[in-house]
Amino acid sequence: MFSRDTWNEIFETIQKNKLRTFLSGFTVALGILIFVFLFGLGNGLINTFDKFFQEDATNVLYLFPGKTTLPYKGYKSSRRIEFENSDLADIKKNFPMFLEYITPRISRNKLVKFKEESDNYNVTGVDWGHQFAEKTIIMKGRYLNVEDVKKKTKHAVIGRLVEQDLFGSKNAIGKYLDVGGSVFKIIGVFQDDGGDREERGIYIPYTSLQLIEKNTDKIDQMVVAFKPEMGYMGAMAFERSLDKFFKDKKFINPEDQNGIFIRNVADQLQQNQQFARVLQIIVVFVAFGTIIAGIIGISNIMVFVVKERTKELGIRKALGATPKAVISTILLESVFITTISGFTGMLIGIALLSSLGESMAEDYFITNPFINTGVAISATLLLIMFGAIAGYIPAKRAARIKPIIALRDE
Amino acid sequence: MIEIKDLHKSYKMGSNVLHVLKGINFTVEEGELVAIMGSSGSGKSTLLNILGMLDVADSGEYTLDGVPIKNLNETKAANYRNKFLGFVFQSFNLINYKSALENVALPLYYQRVPRKERQERAMKYLDQVGLKEWATHLPSELSGGQNQRVAIARAMASEPKVLLADEPTGALDSTTSYEVMDLIQKINDQGNTILVVTHEDDIAHMCKRIVYLKDGVIVEDKKVKQVRASAYV
Repeated sequence: MFSRDTWNEIFETIQKNKLRTFLSGFTVALGILIFVFLFGLGNGLINTFDKFFQEDATNVLYLFPGKTTLPYKGYKSSRRIEFENSDLADIKKNFPMFLEYITPRISRNKLVKFKEESDNYNVTGVDWGHQFAEKTIIMKGRYLNVEDVKKKTKHAVIGRLVEQDLFGSKNAIGKYLDVGGSVFKIIGVFQDDGGDREERGIYIPYTSLQLIEKNTDKIDQMVVAFKPEMGYMGAMAFERSLDKFFKDKKFINPEDQNGIFIRNVADQLQQNQQFARVLQIIVVFVAFGTIIAGIIGISNIMVFVVKERTKELGIRKALGATPKAVISTILLESVFITTISGFTGMLIGIALLSSLGESMAEDYFITNPFINTGVAISATLLLIMFGAIAGYIPAKRAARIKPIIALRDE
Repeated sequence: MIEIKDLHKSYKMGSNVLHVLKGINFTVEEGELVAIMGSSGSGKSTLLNILGMLDVADSGEYTLDGVPIKNLNETKAANYRNKFLGFVFQSFNLINYKSALENVALPLYYQRVPRKERQERAMKYLDQVGLKEWATHLPSELSGGQNQRVAIARAMASEPKVLLADEPTGALDSTTSYEVMDLIQKINDQGNTILVVTHEDDIAHMCKRIVYLKDGVIVEDKKVKQVRASAYV
């Protein structure tokens, strides 16, 4: 069955029936190409999605003060709620089993000067935990630590672009910076995947910032990180307890939705993951639709091919071709064509995907589209297999037709 | 060489049963050139197809070169056809994408003759029918008579016991018909057994024996004085 002679015969047949070869080859190649391309684009979309939501830590709750809209316990509505240092202490005291770390966030825009260079930067007063909440990456020096906060040191960590703006190519570590009139010593330089805006920021201990501002104990917002092992349900429960605790403490009507706000990243993450999953399902669905269309296409062509060759097969049978020889002639030919064109289509698809790379990231939210080689090969094999099955059924029928019927003049 | 006894064959045409062969008894010796004649519908082609194992009889015995032909499955029939029989059809039935040489070599391919030997033997038979120079041409580039000669070369290439020709001149003009008959006579002169189905009287008289078929039975079986086709060429 696999002698050189058989293959010679097959090559000859393929070469001399170019249209037929082209039709079945093209169907398979196109089917696989579209499958690989679509699947890859889908993966690219999911990549973008993942990247989008992995800039910041996902095990954190953001607490913002608001303005009441309902009167409660003698307090009028429209009262502005404020957080202060005692709130931080209360969370630490009341929820130690949930808590990984907690950091306040006080944002100010200040004029920052070094020698002749100056610019306005976003200066944020934070605790040490903020590094993890923002996934800040230290390039050199160190981040703020417990001591800095406790001793209200005049230490600052500056963004990569701040260093670039004010110091040029010089090293900023150890230099002294004028931040809104107070002098801070630079102890670290950071970078952030969040982009230029975040890298144009300066972090200082929140206690030092409060000291500058007439020793106030007010806080803008709080970032509370919970233990990741609590999972989604635990995070939701923690959010509810925090909400209840602060409504109690700040005398906010339990029905009031605007007294304080809690943004739960876990909740968003859940939604985003669901969205990504739906995307994936759609992609898989479309991709397999393509494969099925390809299978139907190759089946049709095989039926057509066998029909077209009925007379030829009749002649071959009259000349002594056994049914086995007839079937193997058709099958080997079809498997050969589908294999070559299937893998060609697959390789073109993969090449096309990798040539896209990052180029579609900006406009179409598709980052690094790719396809798992295993998936691509399985899909190709599937198509080849179904091409063979689809060819086998009419081939078997053709092999059974009496030569006299096949030879009958139409 | 061929021996058939009480051969019956009928076709179902919807609800009707068409009894085509109604008990044929018939013997052919080695080296004979037999014409089977009859009007259309007399069953002559059916008889030839059964002899050629392209079709199966309902009942009766058929012995070919001492081998009883019965209970044939497709594979066995294919092997017997390949070993015992050569076919020539009215419409040539050449494979249109293969050259003359490849067409002639095809039966040898199914005999598993090695490629080189196949080519040589095919060329030898093409030479015998006078088409050596046309070996690389496709059937579409040859005339009807040339095509039929390629078909005859193909039938002879497997060196069969019996050559079966179904209206070999049916699609040809009379000059070409005589050329083809001349070729068939020459092959017969070499000692090959040949059966020719025809409805043309002049073609039949170029054989050595004529069997007349009418409504599924043999009505006459006579030896004739052979008219040499070469006289007309």
